[in-house]
Amino acid sequence: MIEKNLEEYKGIAIYAQQVDGKLSNIALELLGKARELANDLDDKTVTAVLIGENVGGLTDELAKYGADRVVVIDDPELKDYRTEPYTQALAGYINEFKPEIVLVGATAIGRDLGPRTSARVETGLTADCTVLEIGDFPLVAAPGTEQKHKQLLMTRPAFGGNTIATIACPDHRPQMATVRPGVMQKIAPIADAKAEVVNWKPALDKNNCYVEIEKVVKEVSNVADIAEAKILVSGGRGVGSAENFKLLDDLAEVLHGTVSCSRAVVDNGWKPKELQVGQTGKTVRPHVYFAIGISGAIQHVAGMEESDIIIAINKDETAPIFDVADYGIVGDLNKIVPLLTDKIKTALASKNA
Amino acid sequence: MFKIVVCVKQVPDTAGGVKFKADGTLDRGAMLAIMNPDDKAGLEAALRIKEKDPENVKVTLLTMGLPKAEDVLIEGIAMGADDALLVTDRVLGGADTWATSSTIAGALKNMEYDLIITGRQAIDGDTAQVGPQIAEHLAIPTISYAKEINCDTVNKTVEVKRIFDDGYMMVKAQLPALVTCLAELNEPRYMTPGRIFYALDHKDELITVWGRANLDVDDSNIGLKGSPTKIAKASDKVAKGKGTTVTPESPTDAADYILNVLTDKHVI
Amino acid sequence: MDFQLDKKHTMAQSLFKDFAEKEVKPLAIDTDETEEFPRVTVDKMAKNGFLGIAIPEQYGGQGCDPLTYVMCVEELAKVCGTTSVIVSAHSSLCCDPILHYGTEEQKQKYLVPLAKGEKLGAFGLTEPGAGTDAQGVQTKAVLSEDGKEWILNGSKCFITNGKEADVYIIIAYTDVVETKRGKQKKFTAFIVEKGTEGFTFGTKEHKMGIRGSATYELIFQDCHIPVENQLGPRGKGFPIAMGTLDGGRIGIAAQALGLAEGALDRTIAYVKERKQFGRSISAFQNTQFQLANLATEVEAAKLLVYRAAEAKRTKDRFSVEAAQAKLFAAETAMNVTTKCVQLLGGYGYIREYEVERMMRDAKITEIYEGTSEVQRMVISGDLLK
Repeated sequence: MIEKNLEEYKGIAIYAQQVDGKLSNIALELLGKARELANDLDDKTVTAVLIGENVGGLTDELAKYGADRVVVIDDPELKDYRTEPYTQALAGYINEFKPEIVLVGATAIGRDLGPRTSARVETGLTADCTVLEIGDFPLVAAPGTEQKHKQLLMTRPAFGGNTIATIACPDHRPQMATVRPGVMQKIAPIADAKAEVVNWKPALDKNNCYVEIEKVVKEVSNVADIAEAKILVSGGRGVGSAENFKLLDDLAEVLHGTVSCSRAVVDNGWKPKELQVGQTGKTVRPHVYFAIGISGAIQHVAGMEESDIIIAINKDETAPIFDVADYGIVGDLNKIVPLLTDKIKTALASKNA
Repeated sequence: MFKIVVCVKQVPDTAGGVKFKADGTLDRGAMLAIMNPDDKAGLEAALRIKEKDPENVKVTLLTMGLPKAEDVLIEGIAMGADDALLVTDRVLGGADTWATSSTIAGALKNMEYDLIITGRQAIDGDTAQVGPQIAEHLAIPTISYAKEINCDTVNKTVEVKRIFDDGYMMVKAQLPALVTCLAELNEPRYMTPGRIFYALDHKDELITVWGRANLDVDDSNIGLKGSPTKIAKASDKVAKGKGTTVTPESPTDAADYILNVLTDKHVI
Repeated sequence: MDFQLDKKHTMAQSLFKDFAEKEVKPLAIDTDETEEFPRVTVDKMAKNGFLGIAIPEQYGGQGCDPLTYVMCVEELAKVCGTTSVIVSAHSSLCCDPILHYGTEEQKQKYLVPLAKGEKLGAFGLTEPGAGTDAQGVQTKAVLSEDGKEWILNGSKCFITNGKEADVYIIIAYTDVVETKRGKQKKFTAFIVEKGTEGFTFGTKEHKMGIRGSATYELIFQDCHIPVENQLGPRGKGFPIAMGTLDGGRIGIAAQALGLAEGALDRTIAYVKERKQFGRSISAFQNTQFQLANLATEVEAAKLLVYRAAEAKRTKDRFSVEAAQAKLFAAETAMNVTTKCVQLLGGYGYIREYEVERMMRDAKITEIYEGTSEVQRMVISGDLLK
């Protein structure tokens, strides 16, 4: 790997993802995190790297959300995302401006741009980080090994989510990490913030790695696949009617979750089979599974027992669902669910205020 | 001969069967070892290209791993791949994605290929980095997140439906190139009984084993020492204990209880 | 003697298990309820080489051994009795006789597409008047004047894969000879294709079990087939039928074994979950001892079935091994599935729990391809010769 003088690398940069001239939310979330991390670094400059064509107008928004500086790399070749020209741009920025930390969104773009760029500048990359902090590596000083300070400590799930690992990149720069959308928080926008705008461009070499875009199609995905959902709000016979599922729809909406159901619900015609969880339906492993008005027959449980957190609401304390639930609440779902939905709405509102 | 190299990885079945020991800790050894699902889809894509012109297309599997990784190579041949290469050596162990991709690229530099197919990510590492990094080391184009692959083996181009978060692009590249696949790309075929027998009866001819010496790569880029990222700490998930059931006095208490759980667990 | 399966067989076994779980199991209840032949599954099995497992590669097959074929039938039977018998009847009763007794032309014309699964096979011996008493066969084949055709007249009943199959091995009598015991019919085997003029289908049987399996009456009325379709020597139809049934018995034994195993697996899972009197019913000694008995019986059946498969691979004559395997496996299947229904209690009677279907499916294994009584005749005949 190329020799670098690590001392030269200062400041924190984020890849400001934009699509069709609109900044992606992840860019603003990364700025929020970068601002927070900068507090623990010597050089507290936060730079947003903006790559595209005719994107100069986005610099103010980046400033509002925390960028001290925006480096704008603007070129017709950068109109739509392609791996090679974007890698040349971002790697070029890194080699020229030498940030000590670079954050990229773990999006369908970032998870392609990130690895190619990190390999081009010959440094390490840690994917899908859920926690980023500044600290020491090794975490505990050990005799015989140098303990480095003010390192980026990147925590991420691995092994299908069954392991949590904290990673550092002590001997190479920049330290690079990708972060999933929705994990970090953007700051409250600062109304009149202004950032230093630097228009810069590396020589873009149209080499063999350039690909041809034949067509660009924008598509909004349709029916949620319950197998993909992170939060499922599942209803059983106890919900009582198709209309009453509105209570669950509301709860799911406020949690950005998806509604699913048991077989009894499908048999009654209240919901379509695609939403059925169980032995003759789908097997799901969401992070949170709400079992509302579901008795917990073996065939249903078989389809959801691997969920991380199972929360059951049922008025019958002997219902077998309480044997598999992590948190079982005996009570009337008709009263509890709407109250819960309201409380969550309130809690989220105060969080974002 | 049009040559496709499919990079595959043997992984523990984290998606299907996480196993715990009696004390509640993760039991990696007991978990079923399978071919990574994204990679299997890549192999299926390669086999479909081969089906269109069987005499002129060759599919070779490539994996880096422990000696027992040969099981996924046998499986791949039993599905229809022509032959395979196992890269295994103690010095390669402990590698992060930079070192892994450098190692695999080191093997590819000593192979012939027109198209390289990899899975998007492995269900143990979950990084999605190795594919693009291999392409970088080989200085060839990457097209990631492929949902459809159309390969013109005569004119040596590949056309890919590349998925984005808000839609897709139809992208075309000159070969050689590297494409990373999503498991949703296709429904991989089953092995056939006859090819299982064939693969095992001719294992030694069909599977070549390479060590470090056969790779075109620098020592400084392989194994634990060649990995820029280092693990500061790691902890495994523990098996869930029994849950708790409560009977709150009022619906409001119940809603508060659940809200606390959700907040505690960082759901909201 | 190595009781461990080698890697080829364990890999093949996990292939069959994987396929059965993903492709066959989800359809099993519907197949039983609707009595519809699972054509979609048959097509998938064809694509994956399951319809020619033990047929040599030169004839379009997979080139594996009888044990591999047995494992396929077994794994399918664990989830669906109907699907397993489709493979068994096609492979043992149609492909095998053509492989062993057919001319090179017949093999190319029929065996290759059968092994590839492009065509489905069946076998017709049984008639209303001829079950265990095969001499009772009345279907007659007469050579035409110019010697270029055989003309068949008669009917067969209870034919598995009937109407769905494309190729039928039909046993008919061609001569009557005087022997010490009086007039004896001499039989010949024929290959008859669906669609041949004069070959039609009659009643579809509605059965207790393997309800998705197509069981039909075959009717021959002046059915002309080319003389090239005679299978094996004239007059040798009876030994050919018996030899074919020896192989078929191993397939049915595998089906019975799979049914027993499938029922037992479900029952073990059920008794761990089901709670009565404050604990899982698996804590009660009655449950434990019953399961111990059943599991041991199943293991014994498995060993007999696998031994029979190996005997077919290594020996010319394996009638006794096949008979013992079928006798024991079928009675085991009946006993195990019945006891499993009982262990599931009320739920054992409910169709959704599938064990009652396995019991209904198991019964036929004691009857077709030679009743248990016939198997006893074969075994004692060998002992006392």
